[in-house]
Amino acid sequence: MNRRDFVLGSLRTAAGVGLLGLGLGLYSRQASSLPAWALRPPGALDEDRFNGACIRCGLCVRDCPFEMLHLARLEQPIPTGTPYFIARDAGCEMCEDIPCVVACPTNALDHALTDINDADMGLAIVSDQEACIAFQGLRCEVCYNICPLRDDAITLDLEQNLRSGKHARFIPVVHSEHCTGCGKCEEACILDEAAIKVLPRHLIQGELGKHYRLGWEQQQQAGGALVAPDAEHRYNLPEGMRYEHGGEGLIEDSTPFPSNPLDTLNKP
Amino acid sequence: MHDYPGQSATAEQGWLKAHKWLILRRTSQLGLLGLFLLGPIAGIWLVTGNLSASMTLDALPLTDPLLLAQSMLSGSLPVMSGLIGALIVLAFYALVGGRVFCSWVCPVNLVTDFAAELRRRWAIRASGRLSRQLRWWLLGLVLLFPLATGLMAWELVNPVTMMHRGLVFGGLWGMGLAWLVIAAVFLYDLFLVRRGWCRHLCPVGAFYGLIGAGAQIRVTAARREHCDDCMDCFEICPEPQVIKPALKGASLGLGPVIRSQDCTNCGRCIDVCSKDVFRFRLGRGSAVLPAAPASETAAVTAAIRRSSSRQSNRSGNPPISRSSNRSIHLTHSNAGNSANASTNATH
Amino acid sequence: MTISRREFIKAQAALAAAAVAGVSLPLGVLSAARQTPPPDADIRWDKAPCRFCGTGCSVLVGTKDGKVIASQGDPDAPVNRGLNCIKGYFLPKILYGRDRLTQPLLRKKDGVFDKEGNFEAVSWDEAFDVMAEHWKKAIKRSQAENKGKSVDEMTSRVGMFGSGQWTVWEGYAASKLLKGGLRSNNLDPNARHCMASAVGAFMRAFGIDEPMGCYDDLEHADVFVLWGANMAEMHPILWSRLTDTRLSRPDCEVHVLSTFEHRCYELADNPIIFTPQTDLAILNYIANHIIQTKSYNKDFIDKHVQFETATTDIGYGLRPEHPLEQKAANAGVGKKLPSSFEAFAKQVAPYTLEYVSELSGVPQDKLLRLAKAYADPNKKVSSFWTMGFNQHTRGVWVNGSCYNVHLLMGKISEPGNSPFSLTGQPSACGTAREVGTFAHRLPADLVVKNPEHRAFAEQIWKLPDGTIPGKVGYHAVLMHRMMKDGLMNCYWQMCNNNMQASPNLNEESYPGWRNPEVFVTVSDPYPTVSAQAADLVLPTAMWVEKEGAYGNAERRTQFWREQTAAPGQSKSDLWQIMEFAKRFKVEEVWPPALIEQVPEYAGKTLYEVLYANGQVDAFPYEGQITDSRGNQYPNHESQDFGYYVQKGLFEEYRRFNSAPDILKKGHEMAQFQAYHETRGLRWPVIDGKETLWRFREGYDPHVAQFNPEVEKGDVYFYGNKNGRANIIFAPYEPPAESPDEEFDLWLCTGRVLEHWHSGSMTRRVPELYRAVPDAVIYMSKDDAKQRRLRDGQMATISSRRGTIKARVETRGRNRPPNGLVFVPWFDANRLVNKLTLDATDPLSKETDYKKCACKVERA
Repeated sequence: MNRRDFVLGSLRTAAGVGLLGLGLGLYSRQASSLPAWALRPPGALDEDRFNGACIRCGLCVRDCPFEMLHLARLEQPIPTGTPYFIARDAGCEMCEDIPCVVACPTNALDHALTDINDADMGLAIVSDQEACIAFQGLRCEVCYNICPLRDDAITLDLEQNLRSGKHARFIPVVHSEHCTGCGKCEEACILDEAAIKVLPRHLIQGELGKHYRLGWEQQQQAGGALVAPDAEHRYNLPEGMRYEHGGEGLIEDSTPFPSNPLDTLNKP
Repeated sequence: MHDYPGQSATAEQGWLKAHKWLILRRTSQLGLLGLFLLGPIAGIWLVTGNLSASMTLDALPLTDPLLLAQSMLSGSLPVMSGLIGALIVLAFYALVGGRVFCSWVCPVNLVTDFAAELRRRWAIRASGRLSRQLRWWLLGLVLLFPLATGLMAWELVNPVTMMHRGLVFGGLWGMGLAWLVIAAVFLYDLFLVRRGWCRHLCPVGAFYGLIGAGAQIRVTAARREHCDDCMDCFEICPEPQVIKPALKGASLGLGPVIRSQDCTNCGRCIDVCSKDVFRFRLGRGSAVLPAAPASETAAVTAAIRRSSSRQSNRSGNPPISRSSNRSIHLTHSNAGNSANASTNATH
Repeated sequence: MTISRREFIKAQAALAAAAVAGVSLPLGVLSAARQTPPPDADIRWDKAPCRFCGTGCSVLVGTKDGKVIASQGDPDAPVNRGLNCIKGYFLPKILYGRDRLTQPLLRKKDGVFDKEGNFEAVSWDEAFDVMAEHWKKAIKRSQAENKGKSVDEMTSRVGMFGSGQWTVWEGYAASKLLKGGLRSNNLDPNARHCMASAVGAFMRAFGIDEPMGCYDDLEHADVFVLWGANMAEMHPILWSRLTDTRLSRPDCEVHVLSTFEHRCYELADNPIIFTPQTDLAILNYIANHIIQTKSYNKDFIDKHVQFETATTDIGYGLRPEHPLEQKAANAGVGKKLPSSFEAFAKQVAPYTLEYVSELSGVPQDKLLRLAKAYADPNKKVSSFWTMGFNQHTRGVWVNGSCYNVHLLMGKISEPGNSPFSLTGQPSACGTAREVGTFAHRLPADLVVKNPEHRAFAEQIWKLPDGTIPGKVGYHAVLMHRMMKDGLMNCYWQMCNNNMQASPNLNEESYPGWRNPEVFVTVSDPYPTVSAQAADLVLPTAMWVEKEGAYGNAERRTQFWREQTAAPGQSKSDLWQIMEFAKRFKVEEVWPPALIEQVPEYAGKTLYEVLYANGQVDAFPYEGQITDSRGNQYPNHESQDFGYYVQKGLFEEYRRFNSAPDILKKGHEMAQFQAYHETRGLRWPVIDGKETLWRFREGYDPHVAQFNPEVEKGDVYFYGNKNGRANIIFAPYEPPAESPDEEFDLWLCTGRVLEHWHSGSMTRRVPELYRAVPDAVIYMSKDDAKQRRLRDGQMATISSRRGTIKARVETRGRNRPPNGLVFVPWFDANRLVNKLTLDATDPLSKETDYKKCACKVERA
């Protein structure tokens, strides 16, 4: 074999491998995107890092006592071999000892997660208020009842049902700082299509303008007014009227007595 | 000439002896698969996970070092159990031969062995030409990917893990499209390139070969003087280039031990040889015969280097002369059964 | 649909794109694609009350091609105004479970009945033949045993276990068959497990059953007090009304008392967790507080109240040989002794704030706040309770003690001032109570013990004198004991699931049912736990597969028409009762002396005597039922019997509560047809007018009738002869079983919102099953930790009587305090009643499902 053959051969191999690499690279970018309906087990690194770190061994799947984790198959639009769950089929039961994380031989499921309440698998959102029967005043609250962090992650806003005039509505509200995205709410939603869904956090969460603060919250955090409280206000008012600054506003001081004493004296 | 490799071994020593290592190997491959399937099928959880990482009896962690390496290259630190698991695996294969993984463990081997067997039976001689060096390039690519992109791209298509994972987590009917990948490997091996997957492309095999470069369990052509040039060993061997230096290297002063890291320790050469030329031995032996004249050492070293697949030598030229090769070929040319198994690769 | 083709394509394209992208679209984009479909012209809509709890919501049932395919909350219904709870939302689905029973099934071996055989399909004829054979044999034995006994000493070996989910006429027909036809008072409803204590207390305090107020109290009270009632889950729509009042009424406050924290505590201004059984003491403390602070309404007490005191140390309704019964000085004695205000004040005086706080574990400030709310003359207080009070070994007492507090303050019988006993079942009031399906009762509050009452019933039923036996029959728990002991040999359970519901079923119920001397028939739409334990299973038409009537907790009677045919050979309970009556000739069940009085009955069947009696069969059936809009409905019972059965039974029943000569006024009902034209009417219905608040002049016309001198707007408790309500002192007495070294936890059982009772219907609705698949052990985190149990882990829970396995839930909707666990009983796979103790209130005979001792361990 001569030198030319050798160089040419090497170049050919390099070109072939390069093309292969390019193909694989393009495929991997597409194949590594996680669809919104598939959720990662607790403690999963953010998706890009997870796809690098996970070795697809399925130990997390096997160690889940509730058998709700699966490994993605080739034909699924989920990175092949990686663990996922579908909230609607079966959500995470949020085991206190997080066996899936413990089982992970890499840190794809971050071993720094030791309190399951800190997990961030996604975020629940009441995605359809028209379909959610709680918004119509029906007594459902299945999502709230089943939420492992009930009263933190989901609370009920009580409102008057103006249509019926006699009943209250129990409106489920998700709180992003507590929701772990376990998916039990979506699993349990009794509608034909769930009106509460768990999605990746970034698809849902908004962000307040960086410049703006909610005044009442800041005041509460500071434990008082951020600027000096007002000097006492005084008002021009007719007799019998008061005005409450920051309180009720205009108040009529009423007593059981008529303003004219004669009316009292001449009372039949 | 034999109708099939091992024919005379079977005739002379009995079927069992002529298939001893094959049977043991299949037992090992299927047994390991069975162990993993015991959990999902029978609920007996001796082993969980799959070949990528597993946990045996809640105590013994095993991790595929290639996967862990990719994981680490992507910037993630493993946990202790993962690391220990990988070290155990490394140590094991470093001792028994890296490519023992290929022939004794890997489920894809079942497919490629089947393709090779069919190829022989159906006398499919044509084979595409592909460099055996490709697997090294691919291994580089596999490791480069996580480093460059943070993604474990190879695992998206890796037929080895895909097949094992598919079987263990989905069963025969639950593998989904992974079957297509396995079928592609099969058809590729059957019609396009002989031993095309394991011998030329598979970076997993390449990696394990690397691990086992200094393995202590080796096949040796201890009774090479009894070789009757039947060529059965060459025909059956998945990496036939590894045999020649050991079997035919006596004249060059080469030792009888197969020292190439490409050897998968499958033991088929031992099975099919009616003259009991081969056997397993402990220790690597020396590269050259102790009697070899010192002046020849350089030539020998060169020869060895050429025989190994690391060289750019795209055909893995045998260390023996072309003429002798041809002579072998001619000797058996009247047999319809291709003896140029060895030559195929040399073209 | 008013959506253009272009819009439609656009919306579809957006949906398709979103599906590809795996993203859900914002609502604005979708709104074009989805609008509520307009009323479907093909669907026939008709009203029906909900099948589940005692709230009595009304729904509209949509039928098409003979199948119920749609439902909606009835927007015109006063109770729910178009709303439903999650169970009501799924009502149509309960009809269509995959495993509906469609033909009678009899245990057989080699072609004949065998107690140990497997169930095989049989015809109705064969089913009733085999059943009647057993019943006749048992009746013959009873007749032999009753020879020479007076009518007041008669016993019977046959019995029936009915239901507060029966329709009004089913209960009535059953009462007639058992008490009038087969001469057995062994008829008891599952309301024994549910409302018996409430009934007992109503009768003792007011001499007449059922609440004086109505749901409108929910809009008029300033203070709500929940005593052992988890309304948030068990009366969901009423809870939303209460919540609305809490939100909208200034200064409205809610006090919640229970032995564990539940959903109602979300709204509680004064949340109180008390040690089980100490509710008795807390109520006496409140009475004491009212007296000590002289807050009581002296005028009201002087005019309308009489003081009495209960006999104490009355045992726990266990078998007489049980040590606790042996120890009790006055086991089962309900006698009240006369008393006075002063005596009463002295009796409650020991129940000081300090003592009761100590006993109940409730901080003093909370108790004080509660007492002050009752004692404030300017606050209208409504107390609501259900099973926490009723399922109580002192259930009658604790009900009564609550009336004591209201009566001391005169806070009763007016809008917002209401001691309100809520019912659990859709017709606990309408059927179990009003129709008199209890072992001691006859229709309209009459009782079997009273010869005058019996004579009145016999006269309406056209039966010879002395037909109805005078001895109280076996109650629910006693029936199982009698079956186990072989003293009752035939048992017919209808419309409930007592093998899952009854206490201590390992030791009493199951051995009773499987006793070779006993023949058990179960009528049910589904193969329940009870059906599994039965000898004969009869397939039953349910809910809108028959024409029916329910009476809810506010005395509202609601009717519905048959909307759809039941599957296969299923027939309603009513049909089964009447058809079974055909199997008995009077000669087979009555002694000759009885028949001699009515020679015209000789040779007749009980069906002819009881139902084809010229009254029940008085209304012709035209081949279908037609409503005012011209819609036509089937009626399978009338079709088979040839007359309008339901109307006939109801009109005969009205002779007990609405005729001029009735013995106890106050239960008047409107004519049959009126109920088909309204969303129910609250009795007494007088001159077509409903009564909202009873016993108060202006609201209740009876007051002026009974007491012509009554002042305007004043009350008169006409249920009692003297027009006064009774304040009956009852002390705190300990529960039958408390935690100890070995069994160190309280076990409390109950329901969850998503499932109805034993889950035989709701667990067959896939969505509800998915929402709450299994019963869990609700326990505190500390208790779990102490037992090395984690949330979600499988554990065994056991009592002295049995063991079951369930997962531990420490984060659930119910948050028990340390030392108590709560396990729901809906789950047929985890029969928590294997664990419960069959201790009952000795007065009401109602089981205490809320208190026994258990332990929880790692499984």
